[in-house]
Amino acid sequence: MAKVLMKGNEAIGEAAIKAGCLNYFAYPITPQTEVAEYLCRRLPEENGVFLQAESEVAASYMLFGAAGAGERVFTTSSSPGISLMGEAISYMAGAQLPAVLVNIMRGGPGLGGILPAQGDYFQATKGGGHGDYRLLTLAPASVQEAVEMVMEAFTLAEKYRNPVMILGDGMLGQMMEPVEFPEGLTTAPSNKDEWATNGMGNRNSNKPNIVKSLFLTDTDLNENNLVLKAKYEEMKKHEIRYESYNTDGDYQLLLVSFGMMSRICKSAIDDLKEEGIEIGLIRPQTLFPFPDEAIRQAVDKPSCKSALSVELNMGQMVEDVERCVHGKRPVSWFGTAGGVIPTPEEVVAEIKRVLG
Amino acid sequence: MAKVFLKPKALADTHTHYCPGCTHGIIHRLVAEVIDELGVQDTTVGVAPVGCSVLAYNYFNFDFQEAAHGRAPAVATGIKRARPDLTVFTYQGDGDLASIGMAEIIHAANRGEKFVTIFVNNAVYGMTGGQMAPTTMPNQISTTSPAGRDVADVGMPIKVAELLAALQTPAFISRQAVLKPKQIFKAKKAIKKAFQYQLEGKCFSMVEVVSTCPTNWGLTPVDSLKWAEDKLLSYYKLGDYKTPEAE
Ligand SMILES: Cc1ncc(C[n+]2csc(CCOP(=O)(O)OP(=O)(O)O)c2C)c(N)n1
Ligand code: SF4
Repeated sequence: MAKVLMKGNEAIGEAAIKAGCLNYFAYPITPQTEVAEYLCRRLPEENGVFLQAESEVAASYMLFGAAGAGERVFTTSSSPGISLMGEAISYMAGAQLPAVLVNIMRGGPGLGGILPAQGDYFQATKGGGHGDYRLLTLAPASVQEAVEMVMEAFTLAEKYRNPVMILGDGMLGQMMEPVEFPEGLTTAPSNKDEWATNGMGNRNSNKPNIVKSLFLTDTDLNENNLVLKAKYEEMKKHEIRYESYNTDGDYQLLLVSFGMMSRICKSAIDDLKEEGIEIGLIRPQTLFPFPDEAIRQAVDKPSCKSALSVELNMGQMVEDVERCVHGKRPVSWFGTAGGVIPTPEEVVAEIKRVLG
Repeated sequence: MAKVFLKPKALADTHTHYCPGCTHGIIHRLVAEVIDELGVQDTTVGVAPVGCSVLAYNYFNFDFQEAAHGRAPAVATGIKRARPDLTVFTYQGDGDLASIGMAEIIHAANRGEKFVTIFVNNAVYGMTGGQMAPTTMPNQISTTSPAGRDVADVGMPIKVAELLAALQTPAFISRQAVLKPKQIFKAKKAIKKAFQYQLEGKCFSMVEVVSTCPTNWGLTPVDSLKWAEDKLLSYYKLGDYKTPEAE
């Protein structure tokens, strides 16, 4: 398929359709409303379901219902809307339902602002809703990567029967880049007859399927948590993805940065190279599971004096980097929030400050 | 010997956890009989609420989803939109539907979602131990209105059937009771109509059922029926509030 020039938000909508997802429920919020405006035209052409819900709360439970019936489901929102979906995300994780959710992050807390930010890192990777659960979280750094990750997210959601979060930011949603769509998925979730409420008669079964997250006895609930935990451990074994940049040589400092911010970090690395200063970068593509081992090894390199986490927030991912480095090297954070985007020069200046 | 009273196929072969004199069990049976009579057990998906009927999925013999508190209409919307061939209903209490889930029920009804809602109004929060509900009667004592519901402070009880019937889109809105055999027959008729309308592709139906909660009313099962008949039915008037034929 030829490359086409598309806005991030529209490409994300098209990617879901190409992945065989024909059920979209959402509520408008800047800076991702173009996904809904795109899909309300495109989904009817594919005989799909587009529904503007009365709130993000309702949208996320429509997702729950349709996912529970064994259908591929998709929603998009931005930070305040994702907070409202927190309850349903926890219920979906507890009931083991596959779903794909996209957060095109804006600045917070509260109503915050509409400019790009990465302030929902904790919300995506550490919780957001109640109880012990994890979201497989993918962080694209270009429109092309967003397309590929959205499409892969459906496969991952179904493989693990767990919600998958795509964590982008307002820049990604609003920018136009050339994209090429990979081969799509066509089949429905393969094992759905074992768990989905798709009608007993439709699967020639005389046993009802129940979709629920309620386990009233302590042993049953502990058991469900152990099942979930085992899946999260499997994700850590098989799904970690990251990109290394300029890590072959002897770099003095390791940058860790995800999403659009990582592109600015790469420019800073290129600029410093011209001055003869080598800096490496690890860009986690999965935020959960986090590339612990890759960061640990990269920081262990004898030439590497310290690690610097660069984020569009007040220091969230840095806690994971500290966990990986485990005191072996100094770890620091550099970032901005609320839509202020650091320039490569500012990142360069911070690197020089850290190197002393 | 011919058996004249059998357990409906759509009802599971088990004991319920409901208190003696609670009418949840009667309403479950009516729903199961209707599903049997319409022959839709194989394509039905129920949505359970959070409330005393949270375990409803254990008492029926077809597919079920357990929603979060108040969200059953959104869950049912997702199921029915994605799979219009399935027969879908929600079963909700008055705290679930008329308090925390008010937005979801109003908008599902107003969009004309093609599912049925069975709304059990027992004028109290049963599961959490008898707190005030939006449907609690004036001066009715509950654990969070120990001096009786003060309408100057918290307003009058919400009449859900009238509220939803004020919307233009819904097909069938009815209020029934299960306090006497005659009412039970009528309630079943209404529930059957609601499911039939769904099968005919007509939009949203709700049957409100005035029910009892002897445990949290602090009354015997027999006195509960009397109290409901006197106090609830004089405020919550029975009948059809909206029918497709009247449109
Ligand atoms: C978000 C949330 N808030 C509160 C609760 C606690 N809770 C469980 S059941 C219930 C009230 C149910 O009352 P009602 O809907 O009237 O049903 P009944 O038990 O009377 O049948 C409440 C408040 C909950 N489970 N979830
Ligand atoms: S607490 Fe009330 S509503 Fe709940 S089972 Fe007992 S009688 Fe029924």
